[in-house]
Amino acid sequence: MNMNATLIGQLIAFTVFVLFCMKFVWPPIMAAIEERQKKIADGLEASMKGEKDLELAKAEVKSKLTEAKDQANEIIEQAKRRASQIVDEETQRGQSEREKIIAQGHSEIEAERNRIKEELRKQVGLLAVAGAAKILEREIDAAAQSDIVEKLVAEL
Amino acid sequence: MASGQTTQEYIQHHLTNAKMCSVEGEIVFNKACSDAGFWVWHIDTLAWSIGLGILFLAVFRSVGKKATTGVPGKLQAFVELVVDFVDDNVKSTYHGNSSLIAPLALTIFVWVLLMNIMDLVPVDVIPGIAALIGEHAFGMDPHDVYMKAVPTTDLNLTAALAIGVFVLMIGYAIRMKGVGGFVKEITMQPFNHPVFIPANFILETVTLIARPFSLALRLFGNLYASELIFILIATVGFAQLPLHFAWSVFHLLVLPLQAFLFMTLTIVYLSLASQDH
Repeated sequence: MNMNATLIGQLIAFTVFVLFCMKFVWPPIMAAIEERQKKIADGLEASMKGEKDLELAKAEVKSKLTEAKDQANEIIEQAKRRASQIVDEETQRGQSEREKIIAQGHSEIEAERNRIKEELRKQVGLLAVAGAAKILEREIDAAAQSDIVEKLVAEL
Repeated sequence: MASGQTTQEYIQHHLTNAKMCSVEGEIVFNKACSDAGFWVWHIDTLAWSIGLGILFLAVFRSVGKKATTGVPGKLQAFVELVVDFVDDNVKSTYHGNSSLIAPLALTIFVWVLLMNIMDLVPVDVIPGIAALIGEHAFGMDPHDVYMKAVPTTDLNLTAALAIGVFVLMIGYAIRMKGVGGFVKEITMQPFNHPVFIPANFILETVTLIARPFSLALRLFGNLYASELIFILIATVGFAQLPLHFAWSVFHLLVLPLQAFLFMTLTIVYLSLASQDH
């Protein structure tokens, strides 16, 4: 083997190459790789977060939907109850109105009958007096005999 | 296989580096350098390794400059794949500030891989082109043009990488434990008694030195052997086609594995160096 000055030349070349690589080659490439790795990691994390958010939103939508359905059912139920209540109330009111009107009619009829009865009684009394006066025209004083007329009227 | 060569010459030719040295103030090449001793430069190893290193840094730098944090382009995705792969390996082994170790591991992995992949270029292509250029542009004898295109088959390169890692190992050990801690580590283990200091020192030093040696020799040995087999296969005529295919497919596995091993062991050694036992 012939070891010679080539060794020194190669040693210098090797040193220069390593130093050049260390200063100008390795750092930019490594920086690019690390930067990209960070970007990818961030992207993955963001997508994971997005997925989780989506899941949460879906669950929320589901619960909101159920709630809304329940509420709607409740409102419909309430409305039905209210409607039947109104129908009942109105029926009752109509019934009572009818009864009131009928009672009023009855009492009016009663009053009219009483009034006519009185009138008739008076007319009969007068007729009786007139009749008696016609019969007893000469000797009976209407005023003197009024107690009898009164008695007669009361008996009618 | 070039004409006018014996098989032995052919193999020898393919396993010889292009050399450059200075003899008496004059720059000379190849065979003229046989007596130059230490101060010889393997210009093919240097040119291919530095060229591939610059290719790696230029591509990764351009991607890094234009890097988007949004959807990456195809080249950026590929570069990020490699960077992320290295980063995972570093993080799983070295628990601490990795602002030097991670780029070091990336440089080692990609650079060594690119140099190893030169092994898959058919063995005659690059030397053949080099011989043509040498013959016609410089008027050289084509047999005198040497070109070894796989830098990791040169022990100088693997040793340089291992020495670089070794220096960092010592540096990390001293930075994490202090000089005293480091000295204590190589003298007071495994037998914690002053009497055993020399024995401990020998044991621990061997352990320490074995690491860069194993790094350098493993990569060199694997690549040199595979290159040698590729050259041998190239000498057997038409029978080389299935053999070459099989050996190349096998090396689709071996070449990245060796690059990966060098990187992983670097991380492990530095991790061990910066830990307390």
